[in-house]
Amino acid sequence: MSGTVSTTEGPTGGTAEAGSGRNTAASTPMGRMRSLARAELTLLGRSKGMLFAALFVPLVLPLSLYSAAGEMNLDEVGLSIGAMILPGAIGFSLLFAVYSALVGVFVTRREELVLKRLRTGELRDAEILCGASLPSVATGLVQSLVLAVGCALLLDVAAPQAVHLSVLGLLLGLVLCAALAAVTSGFTRTTESAQVTAMPVVMVSMLGSGMAVPLEVLPDRLASFCELLPLTPAVTLLRGGFTGNLSVSETLFAVVTGVAWVLLAVFAVRRWFRWEPRR
Amino acid sequence: MRTNEHEQVIEVTDLRRVYTGGFEAVRGVSFSARRGEVFALLGTNGAGKTSTVELLEGLAAPTGGQVRIFGHDPYTDRAAVRPRTGVMLQEGGFPSDLTVMETTRMWAGSVSGARPPQEVLPLVGLADKGDVRVKQLSGGERRRLDLALALLGDPEVLFLDEPTTGLDAEGRRDTWRLVRALRDNGTTVLLTTHYLEEAEALADRLAIMHKGRIATTGTPAEVTAAQPSRITFELPQGYFPGDLPPLDELGVTGHEWDGRTIKLHTRELQRAATRLLVWAERTGMELKGLDVRSASLEEAFLGIAREASAHETLEQGESTTTGKEYAA
Repeated sequence: MSGTVSTTEGPTGGTAEAGSGRNTAASTPMGRMRSLARAELTLLGRSKGMLFAALFVPLVLPLSLYSAAGEMNLDEVGLSIGAMILPGAIGFSLLFAVYSALVGVFVTRREELVLKRLRTGELRDAEILCGASLPSVATGLVQSLVLAVGCALLLDVAAPQAVHLSVLGLLLGLVLCAALAAVTSGFTRTTESAQVTAMPVVMVSMLGSGMAVPLEVLPDRLASFCELLPLTPAVTLLRGGFTGNLSVSETLFAVVTGVAWVLLAVFAVRRWFRWEPRR
Repeated sequence: MRTNEHEQVIEVTDLRRVYTGGFEAVRGVSFSARRGEVFALLGTNGAGKTSTVELLEGLAAPTGGQVRIFGHDPYTDRAAVRPRTGVMLQEGGFPSDLTVMETTRMWAGSVSGARPPQEVLPLVGLADKGDVRVKQLSGGERRRLDLALALLGDPEVLFLDEPTTGLDAEGRRDTWRLVRALRDNGTTVLLTTHYLEEAEALADRLAIMHKGRIATTGTPAEVTAAQPSRITFELPQGYFPGDLPPLDELGVTGHEWDGRTIKLHTRELQRAATRLLVWAERTGMELKGLDVRSASLEEAFLGIAREASAHETLEQGESTTTGKEYAA
């Protein structure tokens, strides 16, 4: 805070402000998003339900993958158990800690009229969405790192063969999940129904995007359809980063599909995102 | 910069707003407000006040007409306008699990030249509520928190949508004092309210809205002066308005009679009342329930609502069965 500020007086007092003492430091996009993100982080910490869903579920769910993985013929398709579980676990983190959590955040803030109130200020629409997304996106990021380290220690996963692909997959997944959450919130009337409206993306992604079942073990025609699902590119790139056996054309296809989904989601947000409750 | 005292900071021209679904909430509204002026929008519920103010705040694009704040379009030229305006919505939106201080800090981080929270909260009497969660605040305290946030950036234009709804009498007076102090420092305040005494107490100029249009506008004195004063009393049984002295000689411009009570409208209250009383004295008639009343903003407000609905009744082609007549 720079500059002098006018004196404080009680509600019965006179000067509510003095023109000469005006602090003229302009707010910046980063500063505005930071203060919003900080408030959202505080709120995340205070919501036990959200904390459980965002922290606990994605870290525990992969354990169920471990038993399932034992029953698959992973060797035939050239996947180690770690290369099977880790990308799936990170996918769960994206779905629960980022996507589902953010659907709830956007709907709740809209119904509390917080979004409308924020829009009366200097925050741009995109800044509001990004600022509010940051804590959940950061949670997803940290969980992914924890999962990667955990898998490396417990499952003896070899070091990633192409780290840049894993990083790219993770970033694509984080951005897409935040954008999809904003789209989903536009079709969600209440905070309670957010659990239901988030289900389709969660279920389809778990089953079809290579999280619970690697696409490699699916029939070819089904697999090539599943490659087009929103989160498949992220998981494919993550997995490819660890195995290092993703061809250039496979990589390109995943990147193009992933970016296309991000663009589509951003378009949908601009078109269908609701800033106020329905009347 | 607060250089030009007479600069029009709010200019609204032929504003229209149609909601999806076709409801026309604002139907051609024009007004302006100068620097350091308190302008009040009055109206019944559903008159279009909030719909209008939201367009001024830049929350939505108008269907027709234009809004200029400091000469800028508040919707398309957000960056030029927002740092200089403060907004208090009709219903505040704050995360219920944040404390007052956390909420204020969050908001301060998004405001250019924000004053420290510790300085603004005492202005609205929330100095000792910093650690209280928003959900534990009373409705009035929430309104005052909203006002504090609107003041954080020392706005040149302040939009207050029903700022005192839910406040007790003392809180209302405090808010009034604050608004006056702001105005004296050159802040332009656009206020909506359905409390007539609030408009009378605060507004330099006002507009009364009805069904999406401005029915009348001016200073409170001008709006009031445009309305007739009135004299009401009961006519004894067996007497009719025709038994009174000729109404135009009394200075009466119109009357309403329901078979018992008669209401006379006049713009020359003293003359009309004197002549009526002299006549009553001479004829020995007792004027029961005599009520002599200058025009007030409330009269103006009710008069507009009445005229407008009477007008509509006529438009709809229904016959009036109330027995009221308008001689003027």
